[in-house]
Amino acid sequence: MATENTETGPDPMRAADGVLTLGFIPLVDCAPLVVAVEKGFAAREGLRLRLRRETSWANIRDLVALGHLDAAQMLAPMPIAATLGIGRPADPTVAPLSLGLGGNAITLATDLFAAMAATAQGQSPEFARFDPAAVGRALATVLAERRSTGQEPPWLAVVHPFSGHNYEMRYWLAACGIDPDRDVRLTVLPPSRMVEAMRERRIEGFCAGEPWNSIAVAAGLGVMAITKSALWRQGPEKVLGLRTAFVERHPEPVMALIRALVAAAAWAGDPTNQDDLADLLANPAILDVPQAVLHRALTGQMQRRVGQAPEAVADFLVFSRHAATFPWVSHAQWFYAQMVRWGQVTHSSAHAEAVRGVYRPDLYRAALRETSTDLPRASAKVEGALRHTTPVASRFGTMLLGPDGFFDGQMFDPDQLEHYIGAFPAVPRNSAE
Amino acid sequence: MTEGDIRILVIDDDAMRAAMIEDGLRDAGHARVTVLTDMRQLLRRITEIDPEVIVIDLGNPNRDVLDQMFQVSRSVRRPVAMFVDQSDRASMEAAVDAGVSAYVVNGLRRERVKSVLDLAISRFNAMNRLREELDRTKQALEERKVIDKAKGILMANRSLSEADAYALLRSTAMKESRRMIEVAQGLITAMKLLG
Repeated sequence: MATENTETGPDPMRAADGVLTLGFIPLVDCAPLVVAVEKGFAAREGLRLRLRRETSWANIRDLVALGHLDAAQMLAPMPIAATLGIGRPADPTVAPLSLGLGGNAITLATDLFAAMAATAQGQSPEFARFDPAAVGRALATVLAERRSTGQEPPWLAVVHPFSGHNYEMRYWLAACGIDPDRDVRLTVLPPSRMVEAMRERRIEGFCAGEPWNSIAVAAGLGVMAITKSALWRQGPEKVLGLRTAFVERHPEPVMALIRALVAAAAWAGDPTNQDDLADLLANPAILDVPQAVLHRALTGQMQRRVGQAPEAVADFLVFSRHAATFPWVSHAQWFYAQMVRWGQVTHSSAHAEAVRGVYRPDLYRAALRETSTDLPRASAKVEGALRHTTPVASRFGTMLLGPDGFFDGQMFDPDQLEHYIGAFPAVPRNSAE
Repeated sequence: MTEGDIRILVIDDDAMRAAMIEDGLRDAGHARVTVLTDMRQLLRRITEIDPEVIVIDLGNPNRDVLDQMFQVSRSVRRPVAMFVDQSDRASMEAAVDAGVSAYVVNGLRRERVKSVLDLAISRFNAMNRLREELDRTKQALEERKVIDKAKGILMANRSLSEADAYALLRSTAMKESRRMIEVAQGLITAMKLLG
């Protein structure tokens, strides 16, 4: 394994020589980083990458801020939170590359799901298809019953306050009439601790990346009720994050890194490489879980509950196709809108302006200028507007973007940011409280 | 309020290291130290303990749980921020090298907390050294066992004295530019193969 644990601190000379230290969290979507090292895409760009497995997103953020990591796999909202300095000193951070779309799921405790299935909504064909609206309505009914009998609201966990997981969970609950801050108790747990917490009944559900949902399902603890792809098809998930100052100081290695990771993502997204990729990720130094569990997310053949045959989930995890590595500015703006919605930051034109500079399609384009990778002409789009795979203008003519709908039919037009923020459906507050 | 009045919470699933830090803090006059080694219901426990400073292992995955505290902080009057001033580079480097981080309630004077962090850093470093030493001792002990076994083989098969068996192993290692442990291990493997 070329992975090294290194205790060396910041070393700008080494970055100039193409030696970069990258942090990752053991999740399926760290794949492009691992593939770039193991399949020679980094070496082909003259880079020597040292991968460091980290234990928390907080660690990733702090080590990037201190220069102990040159770049890292980050939760897609993290560079935005760092740049705005929410809850801590601002640390300008950029995301010149997306590390994939989708890859999450919400898993609910088996008995909670059984109670939902027993409601009137739970009998519907939509519920049987795991339609998020139907599943959400059934959950709302169960929560109302529990409230009326004086039971505690369930604890649900996400992986970090600035995570797609947090905003997806909240988006889903709120759209189904459930107040995420009142009708349930949302908490944070490391992904690796979700299954244990479910077993000990400290939580009744969680939203996390793979392989943790599949592991909870295989253990018979939960039902994979909602996939991210069902909430927001082709929704952004992880990005490559670097400090702005590092990019300015070392533009060439950063360009090379973008090229290496785009090539690695294409390799990871190629179905003929799935077995090979599962082997790479199963390595004890990377994820240290059996290949069979990893195959689920890599093939999109998801097992919803124990003992049931896997079912195909379209676009469960997209590494490369549909411009999956392109850092859409509108993705960052959507995350910002959610931060405002849930009170993490107050909206201002200065904040909105700063957010527009966090995702960097200009760096992505510059890095790929001399390659054969096609690039969309636009840098932002109306999210949720595509119902079908759609050709869009690209530098070589047209390229295909996948369907990107939100389950509630809402659209996000980044040019109407304030309108979107102002129009969030009010969560009904009709309980006895 | 005197220095010793600060409510300090040490979060560490390594009970031995936690105890070391606790002792150090008490010796330094901090009487209100709580140690948490069980990470279950972490947020609830922190709220109950209501610490002014939290010391936590940098590698603890539950640091993401603390990040959540930054978010809920305003509503539950628990404003916290990573202690070390971003401009205090040396202090931050020392903390990262030692593998420790500290969070502090906003408004608590930095210099008062610095002594807590410095102490945590020194205890983390001491613990790291202790572990390295222990690993080396363990390894030396293991190697000693292997060499003793190889010596025994030589003594039984070639009727050598213990001193001569040892000398033979050593001279073979020198001739072949290998470590003695490697020669000993090779001999044991060879004997197994020969039955």
